[in-house]
Amino acid sequence: MITGKVIKYGDNIDTDVIIPARYLNAPSPEELAKHCMEDIDIDFVNKVKPGDIMVGGANFGCGSSREHAPVAIQASGISCVIAASFARIFYRNAINIGFPILECPEAVAKIQNGDKVSVDFKTGVITDETTGESFRAAAFPEFITRIIDEGGLLKYLKERQAAKEDRR
Amino acid sequence: MTTRMTMTQKILAAHAGLPSVKAGDLIEAKLDMVLGNDITSPVAIDVFDKAGFTRVFDKEKIALVLDHYTPCKDIKSAQLCKTVREFAKRFDIKHCYDVGTVGIEHALLPEKGIVGPGDCIIGADSHTCTYGALGAFSTGVGSTDMAAGMAMGENWFKVPSAIKVTLKGRLQPYVSGKDVILHLIGMIGVDGALYKSLEFTGEGVSELSMDDRFTIANMAIEAGAKNGIFPVDEKTREYIKDRFTREPKIYEADPDAEYDSEVVINLSELKPTVSMPHLPSNTRTVDEVKGLPINQVIIGSCTNGRISDMRAAAEVLKGRKVAADVKCIVIPATQEVYLQCVKEGLAEIFIEAGCAVSTPTCGPCLGGHMGIMAEGERAVATTNRNFVGRMGHVKSEVILASPAVAAASAVAGSVASPEDL
Repeated sequence: MITGKVIKYGDNIDTDVIIPARYLNAPSPEELAKHCMEDIDIDFVNKVKPGDIMVGGANFGCGSSREHAPVAIQASGISCVIAASFARIFYRNAINIGFPILECPEAVAKIQNGDKVSVDFKTGVITDETTGESFRAAAFPEFITRIIDEGGLLKYLKERQAAKEDRR
Repeated sequence: MTTRMTMTQKILAAHAGLPSVKAGDLIEAKLDMVLGNDITSPVAIDVFDKAGFTRVFDKEKIALVLDHYTPCKDIKSAQLCKTVREFAKRFDIKHCYDVGTVGIEHALLPEKGIVGPGDCIIGADSHTCTYGALGAFSTGVGSTDMAAGMAMGENWFKVPSAIKVTLKGRLQPYVSGKDVILHLIGMIGVDGALYKSLEFTGEGVSELSMDDRFTIANMAIEAGAKNGIFPVDEKTREYIKDRFTREPKIYEADPDAEYDSEVVINLSELKPTVSMPHLPSNTRTVDEVKGLPINQVIIGSCTNGRISDMRAAAEVLKGRKVAADVKCIVIPATQEVYLQCVKEGLAEIFIEAGCAVSTPTCGPCLGGHMGIMAEGERAVATTNRNFVGRMGHVKSEVILASPAVAAASAVAGSVASPEDL
């Protein structure tokens, strides 16, 4: 369960505005986080607080395959992203690095910028504490839950490889 | 019993070792090629090493292409390339392309015969969907997926449903594959094919050159698609003949395959089309926006840097001059295309017209280097994205267009089609 203040954006938030390509040669997540969202919201890095929740509209994370995008959002302190829908590469990347994302168009329609929102990842229930309204996001398929529980795709695969070798 | 699978589903089923799959199934499929570039590979290598992997699944099925910030634009970029180079040496990776042999990955891999019909390919670059033009399943992923692919030779996929795109008629002069895909994205939107395949079919396909098909498949991602795919025909076979050395595997959609929807495009009716800032779906015909002043033209990229793109631009630029206030940068996508431009006299036409001609690089397309714009500047580019800040300053603008329209706009100093000159 996490609770945070909402920073809300619109539809089609692309990976070029999440982290512009001119910073993709930055060496660390912290360095990337310094420039997160700057092309559409120059104030983001100053206002974001650890635990805050990013809310976006349809097709969040569209554009390039850069994993630097979810990495930059995560390193900025954002605890999870709730969007009406996600672009598929961003969706995979977030799961693969173990960064929580939730698809819930109903919540996105109602939640306002600055609202206090809590999210229960186990049940997928999103509660807008400011208005008292609750929403339920679609649950992840079991296979994806396993990846997240293992702490990301590579840890999941490494465990599986080790298990295979043990059986030999 | 009929399987009722799309072309994409058949390729995925074959690579998952299953008799059939349906939309929504989660499967693990074997990979024929795993690709990365100088931006995404270093992250993948870091993830690969930190997870403790000590072997790659197959040194011949990994392609590392140093194309984005090369020739290295700064010290940080040089460090990234060095990381990739050392990894390639460590595991004796067969397909590693560096300055001198490198080309833009999605033009280079088909040209070198590294990918072909029936393959299942992932690449840590969103435009990996380009190889669908060859009748392959090919999709963009992130760096962690690339690392997983390099380690295991397989990855997980959710089997996509599909939109059937039926093409009929034939393209008119100065209308190209770029106009087809921009038109389609304008019709269905930047998330119109989200999580889905775009399966191109119909009598119009045979009228399209391979380069047109590469351009169309390349921008499937710009409609949110997981992949774009074309059937294999005589033109495909001719293209791969002296390039692809593995046995091509040819898949066809079942006649009664299920599609979420169908879109019909009459190629004969298409006009030169552009995408206005700041979304690829914001399309207009050139006629609707002609005369809008510009400062820069980029002709190149993984979308439009192939030889037929160079020829289309040269045909317009021959004997003409780039407008005084316009910077026109021509970037052949690969060394082979570059050399062909020299041999055919296209390079001379470009230089005589006042264009800068660059060694292959993704450079300006992603706002990396080699043509970054200042505040208030506007470009017509044959690239694939026109997001806010994509090619430079947050208050600069990119208009997406075909090579013919880009070249005509360079001469006119404003958005124009060749017929306006």
